[in-house]
Amino acid sequence: MSLTTTTPELQSYLESFTRFEKSAPGQEQGWLRTLRQEGFARFSELGFPTTHEEDWRFTNISPISRTTFQLADGSAKVKARDLDPFRIPGAASQLVFVNGHYTPELSSLGKLPKGVRVCSLAEAIEHARSLEGLLGRYASFDRDAFIALNTAFLADGGHVYIPRGVVVEAPICLLYVSTGNSAPAMAHPRNLVVAEAHSQVTVVEDYVSIDSGVIFSNIVTELYAGPDTVVAHYMIEREDTQALNVSTLRIQQERNANVESHSLLLGGALVRNNVHPVLAGEGGECLINGLFIGKGRQHMDNYMLVEHAQPHCNSRQFYNGILDEQAHGVFHGRIIVHKDAQKTDAKQTNRNLLLSDEAQIDTKPQLEIYADDVKCTHGATIGQVEENALFYLRSRGLDEIAARRLLLYAFASECLERMRTGPVRTYLEALTTSWLPEGMALVQAAGAEVQRNWEELG
Amino acid sequence: MSLLEIKDLHVKVENHEILKGIDLSVNAGEVHSIMGPNGSGKSTLAQVLARRETFVVTAGEVLYKGKDLLAMKPEEAACEGVFLAFQYPVEVPGISNAYFLRSAVNARRKYRGEEEMDAMDFIPYYKEKMKLLEMDERFMNRSVNEGFSGGEKKRNEIVQMAVLEPKLAILDETDSGLDIDALKIVAKGVNAMRSPDRAIVVVTHYQRLLNYVVPDFVHVLVDGRIVKSGGPELALELEDKGYAGVEGEAVRV
Repeated sequence: MSLTTTTPELQSYLESFTRFEKSAPGQEQGWLRTLRQEGFARFSELGFPTTHEEDWRFTNISPISRTTFQLADGSAKVKARDLDPFRIPGAASQLVFVNGHYTPELSSLGKLPKGVRVCSLAEAIEHARSLEGLLGRYASFDRDAFIALNTAFLADGGHVYIPRGVVVEAPICLLYVSTGNSAPAMAHPRNLVVAEAHSQVTVVEDYVSIDSGVIFSNIVTELYAGPDTVVAHYMIEREDTQALNVSTLRIQQERNANVESHSLLLGGALVRNNVHPVLAGEGGECLINGLFIGKGRQHMDNYMLVEHAQPHCNSRQFYNGILDEQAHGVFHGRIIVHKDAQKTDAKQTNRNLLLSDEAQIDTKPQLEIYADDVKCTHGATIGQVEENALFYLRSRGLDEIAARRLLLYAFASECLERMRTGPVRTYLEALTTSWLPEGMALVQAAGAEVQRNWEELG
Repeated sequence: MSLLEIKDLHVKVENHEILKGIDLSVNAGEVHSIMGPNGSGKSTLAQVLARRETFVVTAGEVLYKGKDLLAMKPEEAACEGVFLAFQYPVEVPGISNAYFLRSAVNARRKYRGEEEMDAMDFIPYYKEKMKLLEMDERFMNRSVNEGFSGGEKKRNEIVQMAVLEPKLAILDETDSGLDIDALKIVAKGVNAMRSPDRAIVVVTHYQRLLNYVVPDFVHVLVDGRIVKSGGPELALELEDKGYAGVEGEAVRV
């Protein structure tokens, strides 16, 4: 393979890759070796995206592209009690990854129904389980440098397999812990979730920090939801404010599959949250729900790509953003309705509260419709905390801070209420409450809510 | 001493003078009605008393229980016992009625140095008040006013009033948009609140509600001034002659 560009950063990725290849798990398996090499070659060709590209217009990733990262090793020591705040009560099992490396002594596998497999991807690879044709099947790296890079370095992550007809009620949690590093470090977690027909499962990915430090996490999760499955996926980002986190959730939905993707973005310096479901069987339903709360100089970019490939599917996108101080949020909601996907019902709503004059939101719908009998709606609002509502609560005796917090919580809870009641929701409700900003900017006069309606592009 | 003493109150909203010198004295145990045409300043007066801060007082004073009401924040006025039933109750999606109202009750208790009320004690008390206003108990767990019909919102305001037990209750056009059945229910709720240590000010455009909540005094507010005051018969006179008729008389006086 040859590198067309030889920036110092690319040179450093090449060195990392050469070293990585020598000890990567499953390297003796030809298909995996090839997959990694193809990933790296594609990454080298594509290079990191710039703001000149439509999909990256609002997000400048130079903190990633201009930094030299070393692959994080698994040497960092984390004490079990440091993870206490990050344990979700009621979880069936929790796999713990420290800087991307599975750490069995911190993990608990719990009791799971027969046939269910919950293990690290490295372990699944080492045991030469039949991942060939499955891993990398749906997360195409052809046009995505981050997926390509992840594929090049894929080695560890969570693997969840639910056999046909099995229901796992309690959530399965993948806890990714970043620790402080002396030099900028990178990790490329790769998760593979397979839910066979008629099964049910909830998977939680949770990204946390226990020390401050520059870490670039580049995550790819492939989620296969077989026919008639009920699958919920949660993405929680609550890392330190130096963390760089790019994640891609690629969902493949078969006939009548019911999938929910919930994202809660709270932490990180630069966060890009890609959610890409493909409704590939008739009767599929997909809920894409998210809440992002930014302050300081946080940048949170949510890029949704919902593909309707078959008829009679519906998708619902709801994202709410709360931005304070100089935080910058992005919501890019792209819907593609392929020509066979008649009777598609796709809806998209993005609501934002800006709590300071310097906070910023870019919201952009993008509808590409190639079928003629479909229903697609979208809308976005940007506003401040309403003076009228604040006065109403205060007139009942709540002080200004309490009233404001209650209104923010109410706004946030629109998203929380879309989650199924259970241990994850309960945990996230408490987490969100503790994260909501206090004090904050001046109240704007009533009527400041701006309703924007966007022209359909397709 | 009166419970509420308004002296020469002038108020501006967005640079327009809306109230042009209001004098009004309300004693505990009394029900006053303030009537007037649209745009006369009724709602402005009601909201200023509940301390809406976007309304600017340019002159005058308001004493409530002998204290300077205009120096109070909305939450202080509320904790001191002022309650405003909103003309347009606000929807707060995501917060249940029960949670909201218990927070309000506890804010007052905290202000008075009393112990907070837990849900176990609060819920039966809340249910009892809902029953009075013939509201389904299920409303308890629904978001504040969200998806309520106009009549349900107004009844919800009166439920809140019954729970919060104010000293001075101001009803801002609580009757507007109600059908006769809902009007009777609201009136029953308001009448149940009449008490020697409480004053109620009913702000209304029409005389209709006053058939059921009979006031002790009626004041006619036109163009930011009280042009006439009298007993309950004044409301009937207004119904008969209209505001123009009464105003004309007042000018002649």
